[in-house]
Amino acid sequence: MATVYVIAIYLGLLLALALFSKTLFRGTSKDYFVASHSIGPFMLLMSVFGTTMTAFALVGSTGKAFERGIGTYGLMASSSGLIHAACFFLIGIKLWAIGKRYGYVTQIQFFRARFESNKFGYLLFPILVLLVIPYLLIGIIGAGKTIAGVTGEKITPKGTIPGLFPEWTENGAIPPWFTGLVISAVVLTYIFAGGSRAAAWANTFQTIVFMVMGMLAFYLISDRLGGLNAAIEQAKDTHKVRTLSHEGEVGTSPLTFLSYMFIPLSVGMFPHLFQHWLTAKSAKSFKLTVIAHPICIAIVWVPCVLIGVWATGLFPAGIPSGAILAKTVGVLVKDPIIVGLVTAGILAAIMSSLDSQFLCLGTMFTNDVVLHNTKKEYTDKQILFMARGFIVAIVILTYIAALVLYKKSVFDLAIWCFSGFAALTPLVLAALYWKRATKIGAYACVIAVFISWITFFTMSGFGGEYFVLGGIVPAAIMWLIGAAAMIIGSLASQPPSEETIAKYF
Amino acid sequence: MGNGVDILKVFLNHSGRKLHTMKSKVIFAVFVLLAILHQDIWNWDKAYLVFGFMPIGLFYHAMYSIVAAIFWALVIKFAWPTKLEEWAEGND
Repeated sequence: MATVYVIAIYLGLLLALALFSKTLFRGTSKDYFVASHSIGPFMLLMSVFGTTMTAFALVGSTGKAFERGIGTYGLMASSSGLIHAACFFLIGIKLWAIGKRYGYVTQIQFFRARFESNKFGYLLFPILVLLVIPYLLIGIIGAGKTIAGVTGEKITPKGTIPGLFPEWTENGAIPPWFTGLVISAVVLTYIFAGGSRAAAWANTFQTIVFMVMGMLAFYLISDRLGGLNAAIEQAKDTHKVRTLSHEGEVGTSPLTFLSYMFIPLSVGMFPHLFQHWLTAKSAKSFKLTVIAHPICIAIVWVPCVLIGVWATGLFPAGIPSGAILAKTVGVLVKDPIIVGLVTAGILAAIMSSLDSQFLCLGTMFTNDVVLHNTKKEYTDKQILFMARGFIVAIVILTYIAALVLYKKSVFDLAIWCFSGFAALTPLVLAALYWKRATKIGAYACVIAVFISWITFFTMSGFGGEYFVLGGIVPAAIMWLIGAAAMIIGSLASQPPSEETIAKYF
Repeated sequence: MGNGVDILKVFLNHSGRKLHTMKSKVIFAVFVLLAILHQDIWNWDKAYLVFGFMPIGLFYHAMYSIVAAIFWALVIKFAWPTKLEEWAEGND
């Protein structure tokens, strides 16, 4: 039970931090949405990094390494070090500057103005919301699997360790519906308290927690396995290389590895990252984020991938990959307090993404749908009420979907979310750097990406691992389709007005 | 290659800094080189353990992350858009 108490104390601390950040909240909608552009370099790094690292980074990477081996790191982590930083540098800084100058708080406000089309926002809004939902799902599903893995029954070589709550569920685990409910309630409470400022404070705290706890878990697991050398020795040899197995279930093909380079482009179009960028006090705040992001990724991902590979010597293949990290910690690190601390670290990684996503959905709904083109005057209090109402509606929808899709792989669901956003990056690149990009090109790009995403997603069995043409990830194909649609659509239509070009170039 | 260099030129020229094409080309060329080096097919089947515990395929990519950080540090040092912030504040 000590494990559950530690987790409860952690959640309590988080709520206390939220109450503290509420004292800094200025009560205006601008402060709620973009923290009045006041966030400095360190908090920007922590909030951007914490937002991009979610259940996908800790739970997903460990599970994927357990399934496929060391190639997991190169698939997402090292490529992200190069591509994410490029997006922060080339897209983030420029969007921050444009947002600051013209007062934008959402991506859609920028795209509407840049492409001279109000209706474009009504096309883009539901697509962005639809793509954010899988991201929310992996958070709630990842939390449920982690807590179930830690509190449930464990079968070890020395016998069976009973679950903590045998009277509640068959294997004694806390059920996912309860974990999802608690996590959603905690995150909603602190973002309702102080908006993006509270999210930035909570993300900073949670990012430090999950990085420290990740390293603690790594040290303790390797220690219990007899040290780093012994830990890797007992792992399966097939997982120490990237060679693709005959069945294709372990390893990675070079073509898949290459095409995965498109997926990290997604950060260029994440609406919640756009909102974090706008919280920056100055362009200089980005410097630390651009440089330190690849190193922070390595600090989190190298231990997680190694733990996943080590776990191949501990557990039989075929067990749910989402529970590998929690099971490894639960089986090897028996001290309930340490297990609780590490679990709190995993929840920290999950919640530091959920908060930004919840917040950005409310911001987009309020600014891009309700307030856009309205003649009615709303007070800040009314605006915040609308934003919070939409967030609650999305959270309820996501919560129900998470219970239905609970058995889906966290890593694979995340890849579908990232693929959609990555395929939309030709839109933002063209908007920022191509004077000839037009409204028709933008429409063509978004519609082409949406149709191709729905097609591939359906063909994958609604969220499974899926490759085309002998190993290419759909994101690469969708990106090329989106870029082609943008170019053809723009060249086939009238150039933007001189006024628009002068405003943005 | 033209498009990537153009993006860098627009980004940097917008800042007011007269970055000549050569600098954009060098940054873009190093970026492409790093993207190629990411595809380390020569490590694919190697099971050699660096320091006795780190598979070479993982060690290489961990070092790659550090190289990426150094690359971006150099880009920021030599190609920072100095005037962009002034433009954002409306001081242009």
